[in-house]
Amino acid sequence: MPEGGIGASVKRKEDFRFLTGRGSYTDDEVRAGQLYAHMLRSPHGHAELGSVDTSKAEAAPGVVCVLTGPDADADGIGGLPCGWGITSKDGTPMVEPKWPVIGQGKVRYVGEIVAAVIAESAEQAADAAELVEIDYRPLDAAAVTETAHTGGAQIHDEAPDNICFDWDFPGPEAAEAVDAAFAAAAHTARLELVNQRIIPHSMEPRAALAEYDKGEEKLTLHCTAQAAHAMRLLLGAFVLNQPEHKFRVVAPDVGGGFGSKVAPYAEYAIICWASRKLERPVRWLGDRAECFVTDAHGRDHVTEVELALDADGKFTGLRVNTVANMGAYLSAFAPLIPTFLYATLFAGQYTTPAICCNVKAVFTNTSPVDALRGAGRPEATYLLERVIDEAAQATGIDPVEIRKRNFIAADAFPYQTPVALLYDSGAYERALDIALEKADWNGFAARRSASEAEGRLRGIGIAAPIEATGAAPSAIAGQLGARAGLYESAQVRFNATGTVTVFAGTHNHGQGHETTFAQLVTDKLGVPLENVEVVEGDTDRAVMGMGTYGSRSLSVGGSAIDRAMDKIIDKGKKIAAHLLEASVDDIEFDSGTFTVSGTDRTISIGEVAFAAYVPHNYPLEELEPGLDEQAFFDPVNFNFPFASYVCEVEVDPETGSVSVERFTAVDDVGNIVNPMIVEGQVHGGLAHGIGQALMEGAVFDENGQPLTGSLMDYTLPRADTVPSFDLGHTVTPCPMNPLGAKGVGEIGAIGAPPAVVNAVVDALRSHGVNHIDMPVTSESVWQAIQSATAS
Amino acid sequence: MYDFNYRKASSVEDAVGAVAGAEDGRFLAGGMTIIPTIKQRLAKPSDLVDLAGVDGLTGISVSGGAVDIGGMCRHAEVNASGEVAAAIPALARLAGGIGDPQVRNRGTIGGSIANNDPAADYPAAVVGLGATVRTNRREIAGDDFFTGMFETALEPGELVTGVSFPVPSKAAYMKFPNPASRYAIVGVFVAATSGGPRVAVTGAGPCVFRVAAMEQALAGNFAPESVADIKIGDDDLNSDIHASAEYRAHLVTVMAKRAVAQANG
Ligand SMILES: Cc1cc2nc3c(=O)[nH]c(=O)nc-3n(C[C@H](O)[C@H](O)[C@H](O)COP(=O)(O)OP(=O)(O)OC[C@H]3O[C@@H](n4cnc5c(N)ncnc54)[C@H](O)[C@@H]3O)c2cc1C
Repeated sequence: MPEGGIGASVKRKEDFRFLTGRGSYTDDEVRAGQLYAHMLRSPHGHAELGSVDTSKAEAAPGVVCVLTGPDADADGIGGLPCGWGITSKDGTPMVEPKWPVIGQGKVRYVGEIVAAVIAESAEQAADAAELVEIDYRPLDAAAVTETAHTGGAQIHDEAPDNICFDWDFPGPEAAEAVDAAFAAAAHTARLELVNQRIIPHSMEPRAALAEYDKGEEKLTLHCTAQAAHAMRLLLGAFVLNQPEHKFRVVAPDVGGGFGSKVAPYAEYAIICWASRKLERPVRWLGDRAECFVTDAHGRDHVTEVELALDADGKFTGLRVNTVANMGAYLSAFAPLIPTFLYATLFAGQYTTPAICCNVKAVFTNTSPVDALRGAGRPEATYLLERVIDEAAQATGIDPVEIRKRNFIAADAFPYQTPVALLYDSGAYERALDIALEKADWNGFAARRSASEAEGRLRGIGIAAPIEATGAAPSAIAGQLGARAGLYESAQVRFNATGTVTVFAGTHNHGQGHETTFAQLVTDKLGVPLENVEVVEGDTDRAVMGMGTYGSRSLSVGGSAIDRAMDKIIDKGKKIAAHLLEASVDDIEFDSGTFTVSGTDRTISIGEVAFAAYVPHNYPLEELEPGLDEQAFFDPVNFNFPFASYVCEVEVDPETGSVSVERFTAVDDVGNIVNPMIVEGQVHGGLAHGIGQALMEGAVFDENGQPLTGSLMDYTLPRADTVPSFDLGHTVTPCPMNPLGAKGVGEIGAIGAPPAVVNAVVDALRSHGVNHIDMPVTSESVWQAIQSATAS
Repeated sequence: MYDFNYRKASSVEDAVGAVAGAEDGRFLAGGMTIIPTIKQRLAKPSDLVDLAGVDGLTGISVSGGAVDIGGMCRHAEVNASGEVAAAIPALARLAGGIGDPQVRNRGTIGGSIANNDPAADYPAAVVGLGATVRTNRREIAGDDFFTGMFETALEPGELVTGVSFPVPSKAAYMKFPNPASRYAIVGVFVAATSGGPRVAVTGAGPCVFRVAAMEQALAGNFAPESVADIKIGDDDLNSDIHASAEYRAHLVTVMAKRAVAQANG
């Protein structure tokens, strides 16, 4: 058996090219005769868009054309589509205003495109953009999540009070059960909290290159995409009217996505349209400032959460009311996130029998919001794990004990929650116990005393996050409003000389697929790791795919690869039976070798592959030549990774600054293919979550002007602001897919925020503080201490 | 980025002449401020005159009770200089706390003080140590150099050739960094100088300023307790998404107290 199969921490195959500057990103693609697009963007949050005079810009040196909103209409370019529909509690569909690729009539957020200048060079396009004369008439804006629906400026004619939808879940019966739980409660806990808007920040900015081949009538788009096929479907069918078989989307190396590179963006539509119109390649590269306002933002909820408990501290009811900010338009999956990716997780790891919620989604004069690492699940976990700590205070029960009293027992799986989901597998108490042990929970008092002796406060916090990963299954997703399928596809091709090429519908933008997927092949087919190539992100090469997001690639895409390998083995057995002159039923396969059972007659899979492509001695009358199989996998359920996190912080009470001193994470993501890559994903997720807890936050003023428009004002976590993580894991295999794998890409970002905030609040309780909203900045801590001391 | 002419100057006279002769000429030091400004199309100079090859703007020397730093000295050089560390350790540490390694390897003392960002660190040292700024035309007292937000006493085309810092008996700089940019939200430089104690505050207001009440208290007793209860008014302080004026005023006291404690060792 070659090395590097499942369970081996092999180094990432793709890192040689990344670390030596040999990666090939969208902006590295260069074409003869290429043109450059510059997007002129609205500087206003909300304004009537009067005349757009492009005559001077069109006359500027190097300018080939200037496109405006009316041009898009004239050329039949559609609006940007939304991929998920939600129905309000009164039975009406959500309000879905048109999102034109270039603003028309009105602009609704800072950054909205008002004209696209196409020129021979990027500088000429930018110079000419300054010559476009636009008559803006600024309007009052609705930019604040909490008050957008309470009167004031209206953003879309069809959305009174800026309401997109007003959604109750699971329904009236659940709400009654929750009311009854509160009526009978021995204790209640309540919090008002904000899950602030954050900005994604991939290392590589968004970029695209469109080429239209008039001879073939074929459009090719290279772009920074997480889901090439979905990009082709959404842009081709809804925006460009470009038939799928005449449209190729390629997502080459992509430097990070976090969800923000899933949606079809206006810039891509515009350059495709321009390339078709001009019959020349057209490219666009976003600069950091553009990405700040146009990459889909994440989160942005204002929530009230209440928990009812009985006298023993058992949770009896949970009620959540949320206002969720959609931004100015509906990005592709925006409506899904504060609904079915959110409220369905309110049970967490606990047995709460009655749960209900209301979510009002509102439009505001801010950048559109979409999926961002965790997407809905961080918001759910945050409110739950925060209110549990508040309940621990109300009941006088220790935060560990109260969680243990309410955990779903390890023998209760599969477990049906009251919020639609059927949990696959879990062992929650074990993970928490291991985390507490690793974190030296019992030694905390001594560490607190040591901090206090130096004038600092110390707090400890836990969080027990759960996640639904592996976005699928298509049937359930369709019932819940999905406008697409959620399977994954793969093709496993043996080449004649025994090497293997895997074509997958997922996309690698930091997750290590080229390594992990190759390990699956090494493990199952016995092909050396270096003889396996993984190809992703090209609609002309991979059969089909829904892409990479929602921590789905291994459990859904990896399972498709596994299925395709089963087909390879089945066919290989037939070929081997012929070559070994035995019956198919007697052929066994293991570690790359076919054996006639009970004998020493063997043949390697490499020889079988050779025979399949050089079929001189081959059962041609029964079997086609070739060894190349394809499979789709559409699982019957999501999968549910879980974790227990323990965070310890120090607070300088004089300045309010918080430092994360220790962070212990015990994750259970089912079976692990490459432990090193899994740890890397957890590290990244935890850093992201600590960033949200303590540093990150998009701020807009009341006119919708972004005040955090650069990295000079928007704080990201850095190497010196996160601690060295102490990781552990348990393995509870997922019964829903052949690999037993669950997702790992987001759990850190989901669980870290409540762990950190619980720790900060723990440090400050002695000062009378019971909640601080994220980001917990030094000033917010100082102010909380000031006002608690004053009252 | 708009087009501009690039000139590499060989001497101070050459540089000054090139800027004077251009339609809208600007000196280019490390480019850490001016290049991003041009890239964002916020500035449109006709000419950039590069000071990197100019003789006489580099080098650090200590003599006659003063540390002399050439206008083109990079922050990293000041930070790494054994002579500076021996004479005014607070100054070496201040330079080491500016930005990140890339910024410290490019950014210069001349560029920093000529730019006079309200949150920059060096202005606190120039005022806190009572330094003298040398230009191609004259010497300007540190106290008179910084005149307002992004404004200095420099005349158009005037070139900072160096800064001379008198060696204090003790000094320290305490910075509360902006978590995003790492510039100072509040930075306080305290020094016991031959002319008495000095307390210079950067980051908190539109321009570096001294705190007379703290200086007087320290003249009586150079100890943290002397400043611990001195609050400054927040009327003229900066207020932004990172820190309110009230919080900045509070931090001035805390940073001053900690700086005095560190100066006392
Ligand atoms: C990411 C980042 C973080 C930073 N963090 C900090 C920080 O924490 N603390 C801090 O104090 N600073 C910080 N800075 C600023 C940095 O310290 C630079 O010193 C400052 O940007 C000036 O840059 P420069 O020396 O390269 O000058 P340039 O950008 O080349 O020039 C700046 C201006 O000064 C003029 N100029 C340059 N040299 C002279 C001279 N000798 N005489 C007259 N005029 C001159 C130029 O014409 C120009 O107008 C940061 C900068 C960046 C980019």
